[in-house]
Amino acid sequence: MLGKLTWAAIPFDQPIPLFAAGLVGFIIFCVLVYVTLKGWVPYLWREWITSVDHKRIGVMYVLLAGVMLLRGFTDAIMMRSQQALAFQSPGYLPPEHYDQIFSAHGTLMIFFVAMPFVIGLMNVVVPLQLGVRDVAFPTLNSVSFWLTATGALLINVSLVVGEFARTGWLAYPPLSELTYSPGVGVDYYLWSLQISGVGTLLTGVNFVTTILKIHAPGMTYMRMPMFCWTALASCLLIVAAFPILTATFAMLLLDRYLGFHFFTNEAGGNMMMFINLIWIWGHPEVYILVLPAFGVFSEVVSTFSGKPLFGYRSMVMATLAICILAFMVWLHHFFTMGAGADVNAVFGVATMIIAVPTGVKVFSWLFTMYGGRIVFATPMLWSIGFMVTFVLGGMTGVLLAVPPADFVVHNSLFLVAHFHNVIIGGVLFGAFAGYTYWFPKAFGFRLHEGLGKAAFWCWFIGFYLAFMPLYALGLMGMTRRMQHYDVPAWHPWLLVAALGAAVILAGIACQVAQLVVSVRRREEFRDVTGDPWNGRSLEWSTASPPPAFNFAVLPRIEQRDAYWAMKQRAWQQAEPGEPHYEDIELPRNSATGFICAFFATFMGFALIWHIWWLVAASFFGAFVTFVVFAWRDRTEDLIPADEVARIDRADRRARGAALAHMQSVP
Amino acid sequence: MSGIEQRLHLHDSDTAPGDERADGREVAEGLLGYVVGLVLAAVLTAMAFFIAGTSLVWQPSIPIALFVLAIAQMGVHLVFFLHITTGPDNVNNVLALAFGVLIVFLLIVGSLWIMSHLNHNMIPMDQMMQMQR
Repeated sequence: MLGKLTWAAIPFDQPIPLFAAGLVGFIIFCVLVYVTLKGWVPYLWREWITSVDHKRIGVMYVLLAGVMLLRGFTDAIMMRSQQALAFQSPGYLPPEHYDQIFSAHGTLMIFFVAMPFVIGLMNVVVPLQLGVRDVAFPTLNSVSFWLTATGALLINVSLVVGEFARTGWLAYPPLSELTYSPGVGVDYYLWSLQISGVGTLLTGVNFVTTILKIHAPGMTYMRMPMFCWTALASCLLIVAAFPILTATFAMLLLDRYLGFHFFTNEAGGNMMMFINLIWIWGHPEVYILVLPAFGVFSEVVSTFSGKPLFGYRSMVMATLAICILAFMVWLHHFFTMGAGADVNAVFGVATMIIAVPTGVKVFSWLFTMYGGRIVFATPMLWSIGFMVTFVLGGMTGVLLAVPPADFVVHNSLFLVAHFHNVIIGGVLFGAFAGYTYWFPKAFGFRLHEGLGKAAFWCWFIGFYLAFMPLYALGLMGMTRRMQHYDVPAWHPWLLVAALGAAVILAGIACQVAQLVVSVRRREEFRDVTGDPWNGRSLEWSTASPPPAFNFAVLPRIEQRDAYWAMKQRAWQQAEPGEPHYEDIELPRNSATGFICAFFATFMGFALIWHIWWLVAASFFGAFVTFVVFAWRDRTEDLIPADEVARIDRADRRARGAALAHMQSVP
Repeated sequence: MSGIEQRLHLHDSDTAPGDERADGREVAEGLLGYVVGLVLAAVLTAMAFFIAGTSLVWQPSIPIALFVLAIAQMGVHLVFFLHITTGPDNVNNVLALAFGVLIVFLLIVGSLWIMSHLNHNMIPMDQMMQMQR
């Protein structure tokens, strides 16, 4: 009846995960009770859970990323403290638990923090920057989000019911095969990533279509803001790379569930093929994450320097060059696997070449700042911190791209330091810059500036304290994923690294405090103009938060930095008269995404525990949901012109008043 | 819908398959295209089966002939069913196809090359057996 699921699946003998899960469960329970008692459930259902508005979906993505960041960071703190304590002693985490922690940390941080964060920013911003009312497939967008949430939920369920993989974040066979990992840990890993991978792929399809096919009048490709270009490149990579991941995991699943031999040691299997295939996905994945971050920095640097982006065309070319080159370097993740000098040299040189377009970008940002009037607001601090940190990480990357050097430091903490250097310094700093930069657009009030700066400095200093020692440790020969060690020379470095993690914790505390303080004092931080940073692209031309239809009248674009040009014109000419309002059709809200994900959660859980009747039932449920959606009668709601006029007039009045106030106070 | 809305939904410069406006004349033209494509595809398939079993042509040329027919078949599918043309309204489709072909090429050729190279740094098997003796 319940497959492999018995009471033995609950780890009653391990206090740490049980206590953590109990605490998290209690908090979730309290939140649910509070929300229900306050009577917010209908509101949440109507306005958020079933919403197909790209801005709402984007906010939910970022929220998911934030919550998962807390979980992933808890794992990080546990690893750092374990390694600080485990000098000539077993520490406090037994090996089988420690192995689950580093596997969960990597999986969560890449798939459920970095990915939802950049996709969330794309969701909020890209349609606004293109000057349109929604993405190409709004309901599909909601399905994407809820499937991603399903994956995150399943991984967190593994904390209490069963176990997580002990294989590292990419689950290399033969360790991840049934012979060596007979438990459900690897199945949790595989099914949650398969389900969320479908969501990611759909997002890719959705945004490629949106950016290529749906523009405001006059928004040609070479007038698109840089963030749209990087989002396009990132989504092209998603569409090309995620099917490879799905196919690779499907083969491992066939090995584990139906006794196939794709990657086993015996019967003609070859585990090297898994490593080859997973990195054909894995390397583009790095650029899927970092390209949108590059886009954020381009927007932020240009806005806070008060100048157009330097070398727009070369930035576009660099982005697209990275998009192609990302698929030509994957072997550098396994130089030591046995390939000869020909193969290693080709991929090593290709890896060094990909540093060139990245370098072009760094110089473009520097030249954008050069001669500008730089405002050191929080997003700009993240951007400058990124440039310093990312260049360092890039240089250790080029070092690792030299195969003989890689043979010396591969699988060591030097590698761990390198990829944290580029992912924290590149992707996460970019995500935080975008979060601070676009928060007023999404919610209508700014974040507290002082706490934001404090968070930046804690993260910045904490990062260097936590990861520079790892470079040294890697050169001293310490391999990654060690549960305990006996070398006295390593111990002080690991203590410093643990201190760094504590400083980062202070940074996260500042960010939480910043959010709470900003929400409580939101009237004080209110953005009435819709343009708090003196922005350049179209998202700043509408109200904050934007109305459901984004633009009362679609803007006409005549040049790059469209909103900046409009402001310049408005300065010279009188304020143009009221536009002609028309009825606007918007896609109807739909519970399809939520219900599909509801069934997908049960299906994933049932597949993990071999509960076959539940697999069939929930698959049927998801299919029925799809059929019901496909046969719906009404697809759109109409917002009458009067309503559009009412909303837009209020915004115009507020902006006019704010402008008059600004002119009266020189 | 206003003119602006129409341009928003149907970008004139670049149409995807299925975007074509459906008035009667164009439907008939489209249908003709599909019929021509179907006939060509069927003929090419039939020829492939015929050549594989026949003794009318010089035997060593058969694999090459099948290769040519296969490529022609792909071309027919791309032109008549996927509507890949060289027209200016088709840039996105052609680029998407080129990108897809490039990625598949890199994936397959790269994997074959890497996997065939993996034992390069290993001691040859006979030497290893001698060492174990």
